[in-house]
Amino acid sequence: MRTITYRDALREAIREEMWRDERVFIMGEDIAGYGGTYAVTKGLFEEFGEKRVRDTPLAEEVITGTAIGAALGGLRPILELMTINFSLLATDLIVNSAAKFHYMFGGQPEIPLVIRMPSGGGAQRGAQHSQMFESWYGHIPGLKVVMPATPYDAKGMLKSAVRDPNPVLFIEHELLYSIKGEVPDEDVEYTVPLHLGEVRRLGRDVTILTFSRMAHISLQAAHDLAKEGIEAEVIDLKSIRPIDIDLLIDSVKKTNRVVIAEEGWKYYGTGQGLAALIYENAFDYMDAPIQHITGADVPMPYSKALERAALPTKADIIKAVKAIVPTHVGV
Amino acid sequence: MAISNATLTGLTRTQLLCMHNMMLLMRRFEEKSAEEYTRGKIGGFMHLYIGQEAVGVGSITALRTSDKILCSYREHGLALAKGMDPRAIMAELFGKATGCSKGKGGSMHMWSNEAGVLGGNAIVAAQLPIAVGVAFSAQYLRQDTVVACFFGDGAVDEGAFHEALNLASLWKLPVVFICENNQYSMGMAVEKAWAVENLLSRAAAYNMPGEIVDGMDAIAVYAATKHAVEHARRGEGPTLLEVKTYRFRGHSMADPAYYRTREEEQCWRSTRDPIGIFEKMLLEEGLATQAEFDENDAKATQVAEDAAQFADNSPDPSLEELYTDVMVDDSSALTYRYERK
Ligand SMILES: Cc1ncc(C[n+]2csc(CCOP(=O)(O)OP(=O)(O)O)c2C)c(N)n1
Ligand SMILES: [Mg+2]
Repeated sequence: MRTITYRDALREAIREEMWRDERVFIMGEDIAGYGGTYAVTKGLFEEFGEKRVRDTPLAEEVITGTAIGAALGGLRPILELMTINFSLLATDLIVNSAAKFHYMFGGQPEIPLVIRMPSGGGAQRGAQHSQMFESWYGHIPGLKVVMPATPYDAKGMLKSAVRDPNPVLFIEHELLYSIKGEVPDEDVEYTVPLHLGEVRRLGRDVTILTFSRMAHISLQAAHDLAKEGIEAEVIDLKSIRPIDIDLLIDSVKKTNRVVIAEEGWKYYGTGQGLAALIYENAFDYMDAPIQHITGADVPMPYSKALERAALPTKADIIKAVKAIVPTHVGV
Repeated sequence: MAISNATLTGLTRTQLLCMHNMMLLMRRFEEKSAEEYTRGKIGGFMHLYIGQEAVGVGSITALRTSDKILCSYREHGLALAKGMDPRAIMAELFGKATGCSKGKGGSMHMWSNEAGVLGGNAIVAAQLPIAVGVAFSAQYLRQDTVVACFFGDGAVDEGAFHEALNLASLWKLPVVFICENNQYSMGMAVEKAWAVENLLSRAAAYNMPGEIVDGMDAIAVYAATKHAVEHARRGEGPTLLEVKTYRFRGHSMADPAYYRTREEEQCWRSTRDPIGIFEKMLLEEGLATQAEFDENDAKATQVAEDAAQFADNSPDPSLEELYTDVMVDDSSALTYRYERK
């Protein structure tokens, strides 16, 4: 094992897949000469050359369509969209074509495509550069939508995504690129399945359902709660679509209490979808109402003070847990 | 009259008769489709190609089987010309299990890997960016495949058109952009939508060759497409063709076409019918006889009838098909258990 950053883990996955399979190539805005807006693709142009590391014009619609067409033509494109905020210009191609073709054409075409894009707030980038859209894409049958939280998963899941025969939206988080974590040595080949969530911490008193950057915040909250005798189980969903329902239902049946912690907006989002699934499938096991921690229901403000107030925190999670876990627990 | 062995633009008599046969098939097939639509056997949207046959036949005759086409929702005729089975197309219109897309696509979503028909896209202009990608894969894999991308005059107004032409030109991709300018996008007359008179300036703007073609003349369409295809196959990049044509029917089966006059339609039908023009030319050149035309017509009618009968006799898709083909793998099976308990 080594300790490397999330950014380096992603780059290793891309490199290894490009060495493994000639059909794999990367394209996107400023990924070659500039090295990637978040430096994920740094050095790959020098290593693989222009044919396989393609700078594109600033044109999200056509570059997304081109990646779809390239996949139809037998290639394995990895498209980097500069951030998920700009994917809105490509939403038509993602939703109306990539997600539809396999079904709409009776199973004939396959689109083995990966679209990587960072999302999220916390770096004072303002209203148009700080959004979470996984629930929009997670809503669409025909797509896979994954959000790895650790360097280990970033590498293993990106490798799986490249080998997957479906269109995969691989959503990173701007504030995770520099975090470090353990990853197997370079000569150890591993992948991480795309459809499974993971129990990050076992606990008996409450289940915290979370993903992406909030998985880290949730673990910190669980750590603090443990000092007070409350054992929280932390589930990192990792995949938004398909959702590992078995994993979360099993956990809920054990702990009987749920806090959902996500960075995105509250209404009609991922967390509300999860809550509905839990009520539908485990209502009889619930001892308390689900608590739902989200970002504030506002466009993200710029001011550091306001942005901090808009993002969910460890304290929010701890408070939510305490609201539903009886005080005698652990005493 | 003696039959000449001469050729037209390099096309032999056999090829010319084959083109005639295909135009008749498109016409009779769609007349049959319209009839079945009226009888309620076909549902949803259905956009007929009648009047535009010379565009499809002329251009696709210039392609190889291994070349690919991408189309809009007005694609029945193009799918036939590219070699798809009329039965599979008609069964798709009927929504049957034997349809080319297993009944999951419908009129607007035809596909065949074998024939190189890559949809049938019902989002105006969405096929252009995707065609650029298919052409990119051919270039990347050093295949000599050419991609022909068909779209309407309305698609030119979409941003996707402009982004696609720029990238295809920049990367010198083997794609031929064929705008079927049938004068209207639904009810919108082209001169009310375009800030330019024709697409020559658009082609120039993206630094690629452009040509305006008489879309009622199959031979002219063939010649222009052949030129563009050879250009693309040589690795010299894309071409934009503006093919001027006219749809004889409404935009879709639901459209009574109030936005244009019956006189205008009648004028096109009686003087500019692509099949009539083609037959006249072959007769004048002594390349075919009326008897051969009649024989082709009878064959086409027969194929259309057979396709409709096949479609009618085919089974509906089994209800198990509802949940298949969403994903290539079975990754959705887990969650479906929770949906249908
Ligand atoms: C993006 C988008 N906008 C609107 C529509 C609705 N619509 C369907 S066909 C059409 C007209 C397109 O005209 P044109 O491109 O000229 O093709 P034609 O129908 O004449 O073959 C419109 C507006 C659509 N399908 N997609
Ligand atoms: Mg039109």
